[in-house]
Amino acid sequence: MGINYGLSEQQIEIRNVMREFSKERVIPARAELDEKEEFPHALLQELGKMDMMGLYIPSELSGFGGGSLDFCLAIEELSRICIGVSVSYAANALGSYPILLFGTDAQLKKYMPPIAKGEKYCAFGLTEANAGSDAGGIQTTAVLKGDKYILNGTKQWITNGGEADTYTVIAMTDKNKGARGASAFIVEKGYQGFSFGKKEKKLGIRCSSTRELVFQDCEVPKENILGREGMGFIVAMKTLDTSRPGIAAQGVGLAQGALDEAVSYARTREQFGKPIIANQAIQHMLANMATKTEAARTLTYAAARTIDSDEKDVSKISAMCKLFATDVAMEVTTDAVQILGGYGYMREYPVEKMMRDAKILQIYEGTNQIQRNVIGAALIKEYASMK
Amino acid sequence: MHIVVCIKQVPSSIAVKIDPATQALTCTGSEFLINPFDEHALEAALALKDSAGAKVTVLTVGSAQAADALRETLGRGADAAQLISDPAFAGCDAWATSKILATAIQQLGGVDLVLCGKQTFDGDTAQVGPGLAEFLGWSCVAFVRKITLEGATLQLERMFEEGYEKIALPLPAVLTVGKEINTPRMASLKGRMAAKKAQLAPVTAAALGLAPEAIGAQSARTRLAKMAPVPRKTGGIKVDGADAAAAAKLVVEKLREMKLV
Repeated sequence: MGINYGLSEQQIEIRNVMREFSKERVIPARAELDEKEEFPHALLQELGKMDMMGLYIPSELSGFGGGSLDFCLAIEELSRICIGVSVSYAANALGSYPILLFGTDAQLKKYMPPIAKGEKYCAFGLTEANAGSDAGGIQTTAVLKGDKYILNGTKQWITNGGEADTYTVIAMTDKNKGARGASAFIVEKGYQGFSFGKKEKKLGIRCSSTRELVFQDCEVPKENILGREGMGFIVAMKTLDTSRPGIAAQGVGLAQGALDEAVSYARTREQFGKPIIANQAIQHMLANMATKTEAARTLTYAAARTIDSDEKDVSKISAMCKLFATDVAMEVTTDAVQILGGYGYMREYPVEKMMRDAKILQIYEGTNQIQRNVIGAALIKEYASMK
Repeated sequence: MHIVVCIKQVPSSIAVKIDPATQALTCTGSEFLINPFDEHALEAALALKDSAGAKVTVLTVGSAQAADALRETLGRGADAAQLISDPAFAGCDAWATSKILATAIQQLGGVDLVLCGKQTFDGDTAQVGPGLAEFLGWSCVAFVRKITLEGATLQLERMFEEGYEKIALPLPAVLTVGKEINTPRMASLKGRMAAKKAQLAPVTAAALGLAPEAIGAQSARTRLAKMAPVPRKTGGIKVDGADAAAAAKLVVEKLREMKLV
């Protein structure tokens, strides 16, 4: 029945822990969290106590010391039930990767343990109103004055905005240098001149917090720079290369969740005197949904394993799994609504939410058009280097 | 403080069958879980451990597969677990189970508090908690919904159908708890990984110094004559109260029909 992915005993345990948690705690909560657009604070707090918030953080920094595949398995299981909750969970990693990848010992020791224990949340601030796909167009500036950088500008649509205590933010230290003039900073909630815009109203993932980060002469200690001045763009790109399999895992989980609902409905819904699953038209739809979900899972696990093997350049595989798994999630959730028919369109059943939620996966952490650009650029580089 | 929690592994499916020959519950093939009320007892113990510091030991009388239930409690934060298992225990009733658990608790020594679920999900007798208190010679309060520890005194709230009773109780004591007391936590990842490795060698009747004739089927003080599922409650008759006068008329007619008025 199952497919042998060669998971370790620990990986199976991670999957079981998150599967049970999602079933016990997230299923009863997801519709209300969505309806009330309420941040899943209680769920994340419990995940903290269960060692899941620090899954991807090294054990010497109070984490569990898991790798990319470990983390993907956890995200997948949570996403099977609700990606609003899973994005609030996974965005902590997106915010943390700049510190984990480029932080000094002092920065790691100061910022990572509370995030690992779930005592504090983390967020990543890259996108701006005029710098979405074109991350080079960032307008937020950071000017060094004495022992402080002064930040000015506004970040837009930041996941975990307002809820997080620790923010990794990309700002321009030298506008004349373009992408090479960007730098990355750790900004704490409560710093003078740092405030938040309103909570955005969204199509899906409504329980997650999406807000503006507003910097008005915000003073950031000089030692909060990540890497050196001018490394901001590299920090952002490496962060996204590392985090994209997590978004793919959201797609895999969401598609699986929609397939679960579609199959169980098709088995029990009777029309013309028989369950609708007896119709070949339905079976073929389900077969396509299941096959695509499994293909997305395979590619996602392969990408995560590539990252875990310390491969230097993971841009291509990381973009491929994000692109494929999130397109699959959109398709499978849409088909699930179709199979449930009128019931699927109603809020009483979870698939309408799944379909609404799926759309963001094709947009955030690089639109799927940008993923194709990344893959295209990698192909050009790869073939140019061949003799 | 040393707290002992007594748990039972029960079948998860409510579709268990009654064996017509033995009148026992047959549950082969079903999945097993910790008796839900016992999960609340464990959580109460772990909450006391978190707030006041305590060692938590979990005991169960059962077959070898009850080790799974014990591992789950270790994953949630229990410090030690004992699987009390012996073929001689087969067919033991609530009296014998209480005797076995009380003996194990005496053997552990230094136990201050014993927590049990108010009843099991399968047998439903609600006798083991009070029974082992009797064997230990300790005070027992059943149906507890709140526990606070003030020095060596427990401040308790005991549930009734309507309202509750406040009780101050010195240690040592045995308490049984209901689901109102807390929300059981889930096992942590590190806890589960560690629990997988825990050695849970069965504690036998001989290890407890119990003679086979003192426990098990032949020692049972009760004999199970018949077991039957509890009939489902029917919905009764619902009267729409929108029109009060018409509703009252309908109720009176029904009562007359039933010759109650």
